Amino acid sequence: MNKDEILGKLTTIFHEELDNDDIVLSFETTADDIEEWDSLSHIQLIVAVEKAFKVRFTSSEIQSWNNVGEMIDCIIAK
Amino acid sequence: MMKTFTQLKRNVNKKPEGLKKIKVALLGDTATQFLNIALKGTAIDEGFDLEVFEADFGQISRQILDPTSEYYDFNADYTIIFESSHKLLSQYYKSYDSQLNFAQDKINYIEELYNTIQNRTKSKVVYCNFAGIDNQIFGNFANKVESSFVFQQNKLNYLLSELAVKKNNLFIADLLSIQNKWGRNFMFSPNIYVNTEMVLSLDVLPIVSHHMVSILSSVEGKFKKCLILDLDNTTWGGIIGDDGLEKIQIGSLGIGKAFTELQQWVKALQKRGVIIAVCSKNDEDKAKEPFEKHPDMILKMDDIAVFVANWDNKADNIRKIQSILNIGFDSMVFLDDNPFERNIVRENLPDVCVPELPEDPAEYLEYLYGLNLFETASFSENDAERTKQYQIEAERAIALDSFTNVEDFLKSMNMMSDVQAFNNFSKPRVSQLTQRSNQFNLRTVRYTEQDVEDLMNSENHHTISFTLVDKYGDNGLICVIVLEKKDVETLFIETWLMSCRVLKRGMEEFTLNTIVEIAKKNGFKYVVGEYLPTAKNQMVKDHYERLGFEEQEDKWVLNVDDYQSKQVYIINKN
Repeated sequence: MNKDEILGKLTTIFHEELDNDDIVLSFETTADDIEEWDSLSHIQLIVAVEKAFKVRFTSSEIQSWNNVGEMIDCIIAK
Repeated sequence: MMKTFTQLKRNVNKKPEGLKKIKVALLGDTATQFLNIALKGTAIDEGFDLEVFEADFGQISRQILDPTSEYYDFNADYTIIFESSHKLLSQYYKSYDSQLNFAQDKINYIEELYNTIQNRTKSKVVYCNFAGIDNQIFGNFANKVESSFVFQQNKLNYLLSELAVKKNNLFIADLLSIQNKWGRNFMFSPNIYVNTEMVLSLDVLPIVSHHMVSILSSVEGKFKKCLILDLDNTTWGGIIGDDGLEKIQIGSLGIGKAFTELQQWVKALQKRGVIIAVCSKNDEDKAKEPFEKHPDMILKMDDIAVFVANWDNKADNIRKIQSILNIGFDSMVFLDDNPFERNIVRENLPDVCVPELPEDPAEYLEYLYGLNLFETASFSENDAERTKQYQIEAERAIALDSFTNVEDFLKSMNMMSDVQAFNNFSKPRVSQLTQRSNQFNLRTVRYTEQDVEDLMNSENHHTISFTLVDKYGDNGLICVIVLEKKDVETLFIETWLMSCRVLKRGMEEFTLNTIVEIAKKNGFKYVVGEYLPTAKNQMVKDHYERLGFEEQEDKWVLNVDDYQSKQVYIINKN
């Protein structure tokens, strides 16, 4: 799966978990750009991403990403 | 069947109007924000709107011990206390000198918290027990070392249950059982814990909150009272009409073991007081044959309160069962292996709980264990008799048909009632009846056993319970009255409820005669009643009017001096 495909799949997850279909994700999107993306819903996203991509993030990875692009890099590296 | 955390969260954002409000304080020693959301979302599906006070984590003692805390300002109906086994383990590590007494010290502390809450509020307390951690310091040998954490934790869970037996307002949220069923790796995510201080995984939150809300619901009077069984391939393997008595799979035949064990479970529920009914597409005589003749059947005809076997639509048959038992559709569970039948019932009777049974009968029981369908907030010795009472009720209904007038029928019943103030013997049943009765219940006040005890000791209350025996059998304790002295002249009927099993026997009149006697004896001039409507108590809307009370400002007043004792055919045993 390439970066764009992952971004597409992530977009669906964000829509579902944050209950907002208007969210548009790019590699540069950060938590500040999305109202519903706070520290709590971050955990929801992590768990949903782990399930969707059948990966497991380490506790430091969960804290490390500065934007969606870094999250995608992390998924690819698994 | 159970929603995901994300769906529960969505529930909260789309809360419907008109739900019953309940105030819940959530005190935890780890992060509880997600549990808070899951509880609210789960409660909405149960018809409750939770207002939650969530203390900052780690504040359990402060909130409870400080009489001026936000917790006491909030004045919760329920207090959920969630201490995690994680924090328990770190407390244990710090208590080098007293590890042998760790569980005992901890339970003393929990008892002190409980007593403090009870001295200051009327809140019921839901305490979580401790999902196990084996820290592997001793391996299996830990069970032979009294000071080990494993030993102390097991002991603490045991002591907690023992404390709950003693304390009427203490309920246990059984996280340990949830962990036994779903597994520690499912329940706990280390990476999430490290980042958030949250010890419950997102996947287990709906299960935990379902258990907690079930406790609240059952105390509030909402729980399952009746299990309706389909027969072919649900109660036994095979089809009785095709396979015949010898070839249905039960006991040691084929996958019979699965059905035998299911029947054992159903029988245990029946003994606990759950009403068992049968609803099957079959010829009635064929359907009854295994119950009467098959040596491996655990369930017998005696265990079944209502048996419906015909070729009618199942939804209609369940309506028929409902009208005989006179309980709400929302207190019924229907088990059927056939998805088509399940859907018909779901579509026509959306309030009936219809579990999506797995395809393989071998999986039925484990699946059902995961649903926690039959939560209850009370248990009394009387419960085992319930099936018999419903069967007798069916006999009475037939007898009534053979009399031309009701008076002759009532006389022929030889009814006798034991009238008593509440006492330690009746306490569990009184409390249970206040939790179960919805239809004939004028104000729908629920009492825990602790509340009943408070009423027994109150100077401002008269309490009365009634039993009813007739020639067919003993109905047990079926009517509860609580009278409150409002002023020197006025006695207020705080609670008047009756079991619907004894309707139309003159019990209402007999009860009123007794109330007025008490009022007269104690010098009261007025008896005042009130009807508080709920979704279920339409039946008693005109209750006070029918008995001759006069309406005054939303209350109903009876002048004691003018009261003429009503004609009844029930003898007071005392």
